[in-house]
Amino acid sequence: MFGWEFPPYNSGGLGTACHGLTKGLVNHDVEVVFVLPHLPNPIDAHVRLIDASKVGGEIKSEKIDFRKIDSLLVPYMGSDQYSEEYSNLAKKYAHLKQAMPNYGNDLFEESLRFAEKAELIALSEKFDVIHAHDWMTYKAGIRAKKATGKPLVVHIHATEFDRTGGNNNQYIYDTEKEGFENADYICAVSQFTKDKVCHHYGINPDKVFVVHNAVEFNDNKFDGGEFKLKKYHKIVLFLGRITIQKGPDWFLYTAKKVYEKDPEVKFVFAGSGDMELRMIEKAAELGIAHNVIFPGFLRGKDIDRAYQMADLYVMPSISEPFGITPLESMRNGTPVLISKQSGVSEVIDNCIKVDFWDTDKMASQIVDVLHDIEFHRRLKETGQLEVMKFSWDEPAAKCIDVYKKAIAKQRCANG
Amino acid sequence: MVSVCFYFQVHQPLRLRKYGLFDIGKNTDYFDHGKNKEILDKVSKKCYLPANSLMKYLLDKYPEFKISYSFSGIFLEQIEKSHPEVLKSFQDLVDTGKVELLDETYYHSLAFLYSKKEFKDQVKMHTKQMKDLFGYKPKVFRNTELVYNNELANFIEGLGYKGIIAEGADHVLGWRSPNFIYKAKTTKNLALLLKNYKLSDDIAFRFSSRDWKEWPLTAEKFGHWVGAINGNGQTVNLFMDYETIGEHQWACTGIFDFLRKMPEEIMKHPDNDFKTPSELVKSYHPVAELDVHNTISWADVERDLSAWLGNNMQKIAIEKIYAMESQVKKIKDEKLTNDWRKLQTSDHFYYMCTKWFNDGDVHKYFNPYDKPHDAFVSYINAYNDLQLRIKEHTNAPVVMR
Repeated sequence: MFGWEFPPYNSGGLGTACHGLTKGLVNHDVEVVFVLPHLPNPIDAHVRLIDASKVGGEIKSEKIDFRKIDSLLVPYMGSDQYSEEYSNLAKKYAHLKQAMPNYGNDLFEESLRFAEKAELIALSEKFDVIHAHDWMTYKAGIRAKKATGKPLVVHIHATEFDRTGGNNNQYIYDTEKEGFENADYICAVSQFTKDKVCHHYGINPDKVFVVHNAVEFNDNKFDGGEFKLKKYHKIVLFLGRITIQKGPDWFLYTAKKVYEKDPEVKFVFAGSGDMELRMIEKAAELGIAHNVIFPGFLRGKDIDRAYQMADLYVMPSISEPFGITPLESMRNGTPVLISKQSGVSEVIDNCIKVDFWDTDKMASQIVDVLHDIEFHRRLKETGQLEVMKFSWDEPAAKCIDVYKKAIAKQRCANG
Repeated sequence: MVSVCFYFQVHQPLRLRKYGLFDIGKNTDYFDHGKNKEILDKVSKKCYLPANSLMKYLLDKYPEFKISYSFSGIFLEQIEKSHPEVLKSFQDLVDTGKVELLDETYYHSLAFLYSKKEFKDQVKMHTKQMKDLFGYKPKVFRNTELVYNNELANFIEGLGYKGIIAEGADHVLGWRSPNFIYKAKTTKNLALLLKNYKLSDDIAFRFSSRDWKEWPLTAEKFGHWVGAINGNGQTVNLFMDYETIGEHQWACTGIFDFLRKMPEEIMKHPDNDFKTPSELVKSYHPVAELDVHNTISWADVERDLSAWLGNNMQKIAIEKIYAMESQVKKIKDEKLTNDWRKLQTSDHFYYMCTKWFNDGDVHKYFNPYDKPHDAFVSYINAYNDLQLRIKEHTNAPVVMR
């Protein structure tokens, strides 16, 4: 399995999904070897993790310190951001009058490097199926398939259309398409995403299986008395990367409308991302910044702490392939409002669903759920019950079916 | 006759610590004591102690030499607690009888712009502190960051002061010179002393700049410049941060040697002398009335409020803090009032300034945060805690659950 990131070293939902899915696979007695471009520190995991940067061998880029390369390569970085980091680094080295180490010219070259390593790893490991997550690992998956003849399943957690709100990078689109076309089968995290794969990339729907994500449960219980803020204010939470895909600006426009109806509501705006500073300024510009708390990127227990502190979780994503966070929130007993433009809205009922652009509706729904005690209690209780049905064993079982199909198909092809 | 008037601003803010979401409601300590102490240690060693001993030497050696200081209340509060030797050395200077002290707002705040009542309270606190620590009663006022306008002048005259300090901003002076005393418009007789920003900044900002064509600046050269004003002005007001000496301009730049020689160079011209602000007020008649209806300050090229109130983050932060005034004062809890006032210090808003932040200029030098937004976020979080404390006192939960 080729991935990007693995908790605790993750910057978003992809790492969380890989963690849950591999756990589910292990429960079904599937042995998983998980290959990452780079692992900062050894960690305890239920799967064998391979750090590609530590794999040597006869390849062109042998002398490169992959650790350094990988410091530029983080999952949610767009190519613009990569170029910026790259040019900053180039400036730094120019200043030091030193030759710049052998970094790839861009993000794309880096994914090619990962693919080269992937081939080596694939040749030295025993396995039946290759499973690659999102575009940066697709080239690795294809190389491994070509080198070993093993079937390839690609998993799509987010397309370029989701991430960019439509301003696609052509190379990434091409890489995604190449992955879809070279894959024996495709797992999409929702029907919403499957439709994107078929409509935007022209892939045959028969090849694409919907495998909805699930959620892993931690039992972090916090004493309600710890949240003094909650004693005097209703709290609405945003938790996610602060980037266009997640609709952070829609959250603020909605917050402004809620503020006009109830100026005592506090908004917790958790996460980091390329729009973070702009959102802080925007909150000030809208005149609501005194009610918006920016805690930055939360990890571990603090995530559950934030959910439990909140009266409502809002996910106003403009295009959310799945969206695990609403499930996490429901698990923590916090009702959720999600945009209809999300995969998760296909699988949960006990929540509020609104179009991300309909800030009037979103604001009035927020005010309703915050003030109608009965409504709030009902959403909380039914949501908590509903979320219990989610387990990673289920998507894992679906993946195993896909694996079996892929292996069978391969055998047929090989006669 | 040219009288050289030195006024040094002495201030250290109480910088906020990184105050996060989960601190709200749990932690009422908003300030980074470690960092504040560390900076005070550093500046005491590099500036306050050696500069004070230089001043003592000059005051003892030259009977004509005089200086003045304006201390922020929170600066004195800090050194009283952790650096008594620094306080003692300032007290020794005042005891020479050749040092004038000015009044300002205790919390180094911009209160005048938002609440006259709060402003007056803070000035009164400062006056009391001057009496308690130095046995001194100031007669001249200087507002935080030299923020000034007609209305302030009128208010200050009402409090009984004889003079006030302001920036000699070009856009206010026009063809007129800062080297005279003016009468503040809208006052009966309040003397307005204007900073000669060119000569002040030659020391405060340009002294060590090798790109400056006058570098290196010698005491002799500076003495000539001051002497040249004879016939064309009565006073040269050199107003600057005290931290210029040894902190903004490190000892290795030669700043101490420059100042050690300066009085002698200035006295070489028989018509020159040194005066304190209130001596200037007594000695010279105002040459004209000066109308400053738009607020000025001593910051940046704009000489306006944009360093503290230029963007929306700064505006909402300061508006919200002053909006709490009546609630805070009704509760009458000393610790709460004190914390609220400490959040009024102008530096908090300065750290949120986004003007030229990318160019890494003077703003960045003074900013303990990586980004103005970090300063803003910690500030707003502390504000939220303060708001909770008010609610706890008034005991009025607003939500039902």
